[in-house]
Amino acid sequence: MLKTVLKRILQCIPTVFIVVTFTFILTRMIPGNPAATILGPQASAEDIAAMEIKLGLDKPVWEQYVNYILDVLHGDFGTSYMYNQPVLRLIAERIPKTLQLTVTALVIAVILGVAIGMFSALHQYSILDYLFMILALIGVSMPVFWLGLMVVKVFAVDLGWFPATGRGGPELLDMIRHMVLPCLCLATIPMATFARITRSSMLETINSDSIKALRARGIKERSVIMKHAFKNALPPIVTVLGLQIASCFTGAILTENIFAWPGMGTMIVNAITNRDYTLIQGTVLFFAIVFVLVNLAVDLVYMLINPKVSYEGGSK
Amino acid sequence: MNGSQAPVQDEPLLSVQDLKTYFYTASGVSKAVDGVSFTLNRGQVLGIVGESGSGKSVTSNSVIRLLARTGKIVGGDIRFNGIDVMKLNKHELVALRGSDIATIFQDPMTSLDPVFKVDDQMIEMICSHQKVSKQEARSMAVEALKKVGIPEPEKRMNSYPHELSGGMCQRVIIAMAVCCKPKFIIADEPTTALDVTVQAQVLDLLKDLQREMNTAILLITHNLGVVWEMCDRVMVMYAGKTVESADVKELYANPQHPYTWGLLDSIPHLSDETKGMLRTIPGVPPDLRLTGKCCNFYNRCPYCTEECKTKVPELVEISPGHFVACLRQNGVETLQRNEVAIDE
Repeated sequence: MLKTVLKRILQCIPTVFIVVTFTFILTRMIPGNPAATILGPQASAEDIAAMEIKLGLDKPVWEQYVNYILDVLHGDFGTSYMYNQPVLRLIAERIPKTLQLTVTALVIAVILGVAIGMFSALHQYSILDYLFMILALIGVSMPVFWLGLMVVKVFAVDLGWFPATGRGGPELLDMIRHMVLPCLCLATIPMATFARITRSSMLETINSDSIKALRARGIKERSVIMKHAFKNALPPIVTVLGLQIASCFTGAILTENIFAWPGMGTMIVNAITNRDYTLIQGTVLFFAIVFVLVNLAVDLVYMLINPKVSYEGGSK
Repeated sequence: MNGSQAPVQDEPLLSVQDLKTYFYTASGVSKAVDGVSFTLNRGQVLGIVGESGSGKSVTSNSVIRLLARTGKIVGGDIRFNGIDVMKLNKHELVALRGSDIATIFQDPMTSLDPVFKVDDQMIEMICSHQKVSKQEARSMAVEALKKVGIPEPEKRMNSYPHELSGGMCQRVIIAMAVCCKPKFIIADEPTTALDVTVQAQVLDLLKDLQREMNTAILLITHNLGVVWEMCDRVMVMYAGKTVESADVKELYANPQHPYTWGLLDSIPHLSDETKGMLRTIPGVPPDLRLTGKCCNFYNRCPYCTEECKTKVPELVEISPGHFVACLRQNGVETLQRNEVAIDE
């Protein structure tokens, strides 16, 4: 088991390396000059040149790349041009705020989504099933930025129920009030996805021969559904959970900007507009590592829920 | 309709009268079982034979009322051990299934839950029907595995179904079935998915258990050899109806229905001189949405007359215990079977 985990971690390294390289190339391709952006429109050519030397941007691109890779290998993500602080410290400051949103949204999405999916599967072709599946279809089809704007318009501007911007606090109640709209916005798409995948996966298992055999053996319906059918239906749900964790972070970038939530999302967008190369590279690298780890975790969970999957000797 | 009346005993263990199970699909009502009757005494083995789609499995699933969402028992009477099965509520049905009536399905590899170990499944099964502790259930399970001839039962208890062979899985399922000492076992093609050598072992095992515990068995198969080996009585089904039923020896010695003839003629014989083509019944079974207006077999029957195309044949007792549903085999008229040379 430990050997498998280590092997899988080693397999992640090329992925991360490719991400680092691509981000480096892409940041260099964004039009504009970080030195000029930092100094503002009045800066003279000499000032800009001096700033470039200070930031190390005067060196050839390949040298910048090699230096960056070496720094990353030493655990140094560089210093942000804009904040003049280590990138890692900035990420450490922002990440709890992003997690506060994404984790809450995901927990809500999983619980409600799976519950709705189970209900729909067990009441297939009922009116509620149709209603839930139409809502889920709308849910998965909505772009998150549009949903965010609509949520702000309806619940913050028109009805005035919840605040539209900021993180609130320090009292818990105020913070929760500020979390409602961004969480609603962030949870909708994953919830709809979970509902759909749970429904189809459950339908497939409850119509399977092994479930029929359990019923013929006189196992109580509650156990047939909640224990046997659910565990059999889990693998696709776990796959989707992995994907949704990843897309929840992407969703957070948009959501945080709409709701002015001071997390990673707002920071990454600011970094891009300010051509803050090190900060862009650092945050993207951080996200890449999170994605890779989530995928690894999904693979490991597979081993726990499906005895046929064994990474030691492949699928039996 | 009479069905197969067994030799006199107090009361049959299972009696099914005029069972009708229909499936309501988008394209119409499919009459999967259309008026089937039979009785089964304690310790008796009844075989149901017929080709795919003839309603064998639906008949057996109807007995424990385990049908797909679209299926419905629209008529008939099912009495098991003095209980009216049609009147049981959900909980009573669950209690009946697995305890007094055990079921063994065709494919052992898909009859066990793939994500739970054998011990989990056996213990759950035992505990849901008997008031025993988990420890007691465990030792009962080990005992049952030993009984069905599984080597190292303790070790096998700890296996997942995919770690066992097909024959081994079927033994586990049989062990599960006998754990609760059922009065009646439904074996729905229990050997179809197994190797020929394993088939014989599983059949022997079933036969031994049946003798030892005096269990009645409803054996569904399309293998007439299995029927010969295992059954006391046999019922031939075609397109949802019984076409012939008799004691096994009588059926083989004196088959009456043209469909039964066709089935018997389809068995390949080693001594057959005309090597090459296997004999078949030409044509395909009728669409089950359109049956019930005439003899269902008329379009494939070499003895068909105009009357067969308009009239539904009733099941008639042509000799004691031998029932046939054929308009041309009604005891008055007798068909001459066109013997296709079978010399043994």
